[in-house]
Amino acid sequence: MTTTLERPATTPAKAPRKKFGGVQLMHVYTWLIILWLVLPIFVMILFGFNNPSGRYNQTWQGFTLKWYTQLFALDDLTSALILSLVIAIASSVISAALGTGIGYALGRYRFRGSGSLNLIMFATMSSPELVMGASLLTLFVSLGIGLGPMTITIAHVMFSISFVATVVRARVLTLDRSIEEAAADLGANGWTTFWKVTFPIIVPAVLSGFMLAFALSVDDFVVTNFTAGTSVTFPLWIWGATRVGLPPQVNVMGTLIFAAGILIAVVTNLRSRPKKTAD
Amino acid sequence: MGRVKRTLAPYLLVLPGGLWLLMFFAVPMATMLSLSLQEGDIVNGYVFTGHWQTYIEAISDYETQLIRSLVYGVIATIILIVLAFPAAYWIAFYGGRRKSTYLFLLLLPFFVSFVLRTISWRLILTDDGFLLHPLKQAGLLPENFHILGTSAAVIGGLVYNFLPFMVLPIYVALERIDPRVVEAARDLYASPVTAFRKVILPLALPGVFAGVLMTFIPVSSDYVNSEVLGSSSTTMIGQVIQSQYLSSSNYPTASALSFTLMAVLLVGVFSYAKALGTEDVMKVAAR
Repeated sequence: MTTTLERPATTPAKAPRKKFGGVQLMHVYTWLIILWLVLPIFVMILFGFNNPSGRYNQTWQGFTLKWYTQLFALDDLTSALILSLVIAIASSVISAALGTGIGYALGRYRFRGSGSLNLIMFATMSSPELVMGASLLTLFVSLGIGLGPMTITIAHVMFSISFVATVVRARVLTLDRSIEEAAADLGANGWTTFWKVTFPIIVPAVLSGFMLAFALSVDDFVVTNFTAGTSVTFPLWIWGATRVGLPPQVNVMGTLIFAAGILIAVVTNLRSRPKKTAD
Repeated sequence: MGRVKRTLAPYLLVLPGGLWLLMFFAVPMATMLSLSLQEGDIVNGYVFTGHWQTYIEAISDYETQLIRSLVYGVIATIILIVLAFPAAYWIAFYGGRRKSTYLFLLLLPFFVSFVLRTISWRLILTDDGFLLHPLKQAGLLPENFHILGTSAAVIGGLVYNFLPFMVLPIYVALERIDPRVVEAARDLYASPVTAFRKVILPLALPGVFAGVLMTFIPVSSDYVNSEVLGSSSTTMIGQVIQSQYLSSSNYPTASALSFTLMAVLLVGVFSYAKALGTEDVMKVAAR
């Protein structure tokens, strides 16, 4: 680049629109990536409307809504979905409670052992799921604990706690302590200050931790596969049915979960938008 | 009294969750380590004999799968960096007011079950499916062409499933870059390429590292993609461990393989961190 005296236009957001350049190319590229990411989701939704003649829902054979009306026609699929939801609720409530405790303590206090706590949290978030599931299986087997919904829930709480704690800690760290001091100056005791001032401020973080834990639990396959015994959750049912062909109801349930998830995400995002900037 | 309560408070808050992690993460790991050194079988029970030869036998029996998993992991991670960087770059610098919308679109796959997404790919890529069948009919592809069952399908599935985990950390790192720093480089007559290489890239590296940390380990230990999209010639170590545990109930071998896998992955990640000159892996990871 030779020396020009005019100011090089590098403020990226205001780069002048040249002819079709690198920036436009990257724009198109980003959209291609998004399309690629969405393609299998589109296929999943589409084949929920398919009317296959045989057992294999693989080629398009005509539009139907019958799988939506017969959504709960397969009893074992329905009970797998219910089991998944029950475990997700139980494990996300427990991990939200326990994770909030850890996250609050790590964000607020300096204490002995916080280093090891950070280390073990980091380890649970970065260890291969396979190894965590396998090691839990060895523990349960050697203790003679029967595998089932209970052991799945224990496992899900284990891998969710650290995520909740991380989210809550981030919120507590940005908390303006002078608000709490003001409450104390106005005569509130520690307990009142916490419930009336601190807790309402960290509630959004607790809620997003809860939702994260819920999502992790509902979708979990690997750890569940090791700790389920003969219990069947939604992902395990899909896994088991893969070889014999997936019934279109699975596509419909996937579609509905997808829609519900997006709805919840959009609503919570819109509601929290005025208060916080992107973090 | 108040003093005492204050010093106890963090411990009381941490206790339940900390115990849970200890009981169901640390203790199981120790149990697994001990089991890998035991002998016996599921019916008669296991006895600790310190039989470390299990490791040698397990590794030599499943060397192919172990190496294949690492190779797939490295290839997929490299592809992930290459694919993710331009998208993260564009969103961070040119996304404008729509940044969060683009990020949301990139996260859409997370609203569909991991297993279901992978199965959906099988549907797309299957030999007589709606993608390959018309291409074959049109003579664009040879009749015996197939994608399913190949390494390409497995690596493709892995890249697909973990792409958001690479885009996000790189985006976060790029987003933090003050545009004025780049401007300063340009004012000092750095060419766009030099400005990118000397300013943007070094500042993006922590993001790339975090992305590698979040993808390399789960990718290398994955067994869903190779099971759904692969064949017997693409078997990964995860599948071996899974079947040794759940089908053969060969616990010592399975435990030894799990530990070997984890050790190899950790060594890989830490040596990568060293090579990058990241002094504190934890610090990067914690961000």
